[in-house]
Amino acid sequence: MSQTRPILYCRCAYAKVVPEDVKDQVLERLLDSGEPFESVSDLCEMSARKDPGLIPLSKQEGLRIVACYPRAVKWLFSAAGAPIDPSSIQAGRIEILNMRSDSSDAICSKLGIPGGSDPESDALQRD
Amino acid sequence: MVATNPERPRVLLYEGRSSKPMDVALRRQLVPSLLDRGYTVTRITQTASLGNLGHTELIVLGNFEQQPELSSDNAALRIHTRDVSSDTFETLMEYIEGVAQGVSQARPHWKPWFPVIDYDRCTNCMQCLSFCLFDVYGVNQANQITVQNQTNCKTDCPACSRVCPEVAILFPKYKAGPINGDEISQEDLRREAMKVDISSLLGGDIYSMLKDRSIKAKSRFSKERDDDRALKERQRCLDKLNSNVQSLEIPAEVLSSLPSLDQIQAKAQQAKHRAEQALAQQASSRESTSGGPSEDPSTTRPSH
Repeated sequence: MSQTRPILYCRCAYAKVVPEDVKDQVLERLLDSGEPFESVSDLCEMSARKDPGLIPLSKQEGLRIVACYPRAVKWLFSAAGAPIDPSSIQAGRIEILNMRSDSSDAICSKLGIPGGSDPESDALQRD
Repeated sequence: MVATNPERPRVLLYEGRSSKPMDVALRRQLVPSLLDRGYTVTRITQTASLGNLGHTELIVLGNFEQQPELSSDNAALRIHTRDVSSDTFETLMEYIEGVAQGVSQARPHWKPWFPVIDYDRCTNCMQCLSFCLFDVYGVNQANQITVQNQTNCKTDCPACSRVCPEVAILFPKYKAGPINGDEISQEDLRREAMKVDISSLLGGDIYSMLKDRSIKAKSRFSKERDDDRALKERQRCLDKLNSNVQSLEIPAEVLSSLPSLDQIQAKAQQAKHRAEQALAQQASSRESTSGGPSEDPSTTRPSH
């Protein structure tokens, strides 16, 4: 199931607030996984520019956003005029994964990407 | 629909039908480099259909057995296809940057520092509007507080967030929570409850205190002859100044660039007036909608 949900990865290229090793490892494993994905240079910058490209992304059913704190991501989209439906977040239809607080293993496990040592990841792979 | 970052083409790694996956090492080096340079990178595998993110230029990279047929609902999209089977990282970057240069202007400077309002928490109390001297905040047509001039925001200054009584102002690039968007803990809420109301801060003339200290710091600095001593003294003054406004975390650069006291007071009055006007209009429109007196906006959260 998780394999078919779209992924949006944010590189947070304009600041060093996301640990480099986490964002590098997540991207590397995403690339190696063969999964399709969308990746952007910096969601903050897109929000600041009110980039209309965020609108179709915010409406993507099942989207998993790999970025930073969910509260920040939610309001960055909103500030750009591309609000994420709060019920989609509550129901888990749109998921925000936090590279500032979680390990690369934990993120990849939630994405269903193989290679992590997280037990949850192993369980997902077995499924 | 036009993306506001059109100076960078979108790069597509095509690993779908009639193609072989890209070399692992090349891909690992290429993608982070592109993202760090401001490109949007997409990989598609199963589908040949592209979502429209508003770009006008698309660079398609792949090890093609035959040319891919891509479909997009963006009629204006120009597609540049490149078989990468004999490319190195350097030749590929040169190609991509060449396409980008041919179709775009220089990338404008952007500083990653601006406030974002959490409207789940904001009570529209207008304290941020009253506090900020740089006109970052304004009100929209519904008299709701909004970030109007984000480029006016002073880098690394989270002071408005510090004075917000509801922890509703985020700076996503800030180092620590809850200002960076981290969840708000009980301890954060306890701290917020102890905040001094901004009107009393203004009543106590915090700006004149800041300016006075800034002038003293500058004056001491100018009297110094010895460079080392002067630097140390300036640092000491700034530290002292900082300790007074520590809780607001206003950077020394911002303090030392404050306008004259008269200008500050005029600004503060203007901002206060705008805030009061917006609140009055909001209360009046609520009254006319509900047919009765409005609730106190400082104690009621707007629904979103």
